[in-house]
Amino acid sequence: MGIARFWCLLLLFLPILTAQGPGSYVPGREPGIDLAGNWGPVFHEDAGERGPGPELVNYLGFPINEGARLAALSYDASRFTVPEHQCEPHIVTYIYRGPLNVRIWEERDPQSQELIAIKQYIDNYEQTRTIWMDGRPHPSDAALHTWMGFSTGKWDGGILTVYTTHLKRGWLRRNGLRHSDQTTLVEHFIRHGDHMTHVSIVTDPLTLTEPLIRSQDFLLRGQNGEGWLYPCEPVVEIERPRGAVPHYLPGENPFLHEFADKFHIPLEAALGGAETAYPEYQLKIKQSATAAAKK
Amino acid sequence: MRRRWATVIAAVAGAAGLALIASAQQNAAQQNAEIQVLPVQGNIFLVTGAGGNIVVQAGPQGMVVVDTGLAQMSDKALAAIAKLSPKKIQYIINTHVHPDHTGGNDAFRQAGTTIAGANVTANLTDVKLGAQIFAQDNVLMRMSAPTGSQSPSPFGAWPTETFNSGRKQFSFNGEAIEIIHQPHAHTDGDSIVFFRRSDVVAAGDILLTTTYPFIDLERGGGIQGEIDALNTIVEMAVPLRQEEDGTYIIPGHGRICDRFDVVEYRDMVTIVRDRIQASIKKGLTLDQIKAARPTLDYDARYGAKSGFGTADGFIEATYKSLSQKK
Repeated sequence: MGIARFWCLLLLFLPILTAQGPGSYVPGREPGIDLAGNWGPVFHEDAGERGPGPELVNYLGFPINEGARLAALSYDASRFTVPEHQCEPHIVTYIYRGPLNVRIWEERDPQSQELIAIKQYIDNYEQTRTIWMDGRPHPSDAALHTWMGFSTGKWDGGILTVYTTHLKRGWLRRNGLRHSDQTTLVEHFIRHGDHMTHVSIVTDPLTLTEPLIRSQDFLLRGQNGEGWLYPCEPVVEIERPRGAVPHYLPGENPFLHEFADKFHIPLEAALGGAETAYPEYQLKIKQSATAAAKK
Repeated sequence: MRRRWATVIAAVAGAAGLALIASAQQNAAQQNAEIQVLPVQGNIFLVTGAGGNIVVQAGPQGMVVVDTGLAQMSDKALAAIAKLSPKKIQYIINTHVHPDHTGGNDAFRQAGTTIAGANVTANLTDVKLGAQIFAQDNVLMRMSAPTGSQSPSPFGAWPTETFNSGRKQFSFNGEAIEIIHQPHAHTDGDSIVFFRRSDVVAAGDILLTTTYPFIDLERGGGIQGEIDALNTIVEMAVPLRQEEDGTYIIPGHGRICDRFDVVEYRDMVTIVRDRIQASIKKGLTLDQIKAARPTLDYDARYGAKSGFGTADGFIEATYKSLSQKK
């Protein structure tokens, strides 16, 4: 084969050899793994927070800034009695932390069998989530923000990595800690047989001083399971003046010391901040406690 | 002494020059802004990038436009809007008086038309020229001036039909449209516009997703009116399910919202109002209240660095508004 003929053939087949985007699907050669099925949560970590929920004024280990702390301290759980707050779902940055079942399935082009999207139905608050796998761009800044946001995914080897924008303001923790609607989320879905690990990385320059990284585990269910519904209809639970918003004025949160006192930890640790997420902080707390005892 | 004056003059000239440059840069930046058109739902579209948000209802009869952006952006905005319908603009609705929402009135009006019966056109031959401009009465009062005086806005930009009954209703493109006055909110002439079939509310500057509300006390705005107006929108909107979708609300600036976004904004304004009210009761001065930073938890999200919607501006307007009430 002459050099010129080789280069001509190479140029001819180059698009096929290097193609990555839509139109390049080759059956049996697609990256990634099948996540489809009904998944149930494994509560071996953070069970207390994920089931009954976190204590009030427990922000320990959260890299929050002073603004996020003030917002959380202002939060009165009675806000959930206001009708327009009663059906507020757990946002996608938090929803995998709570009690939930997740059904995952694929949406493929019927003709080409290309993967268009990975869909999830989360029974808690009946949320349906779409992770677009077809390379489409994220919407305009002026588009609606939603509880599940706008997600695009890609395969990193056998790991599904998902990037989400267009989120509403929502829970970092359901005790008043919230992130802003400028938050972005990166997730990794990692399957090991019937076990799936979900890692979430929440980035919000408006409330967090560094990304918040958490993980949850799921087991594949052999059966469909139950409890896939979460109908919610708000009602007036407490008569209040029009537009009243329950909150604590600065310095007046009656639960400020409750968690810290119950677990005998310093209040400054309970109030969180990036430093409190790291093991070295325990040493600092011990040293300051020793110094205080000496005085 | 002469040298001192020369220094002062040079400094003033320099400052004026810098201001002119800054203003020119701002205008150039605005003129280079990209106009975006987003479908909202039903017959409604959102046009961004022309100053304040422009909301368009397009259908077989023609177009209704809510607000007209900045004057210098009219050509670009009209070009974008013209792609939404082969028919002309028949109605313009102003949500309030500010020039980033009324600046294009004259150009938009001239690009539009009024459909009238033969009994009218026979007598008033120019009646078909230009769209009608609807607004609450106070908008006209603030854009116009008594005969012989210089008006703040050119005659062609003035509302052609005003209402002071609290509500104006009409139907266009098979859809009921309600213009509902919200007294003493962002200004004294605010209206929200409800497209009932499309289930979309144009909120004007009562709702912003970009900054704190700008309570324009000089033009009759007030904190309680602002909160009342936000509560009205919350009460009008119905989520489709789980506090999402359903009624869409278009703010004066920023992104498309649903009810929960308005609830969050309402909560923020109410909480800040309550904090400032409590501080006033304790006898704190405005400076003391500012120093206490009652907006700290919202500053990163809503605090503009300068101009309208700064934390200080919001605190001051709220303080003065609450103090006036007493």
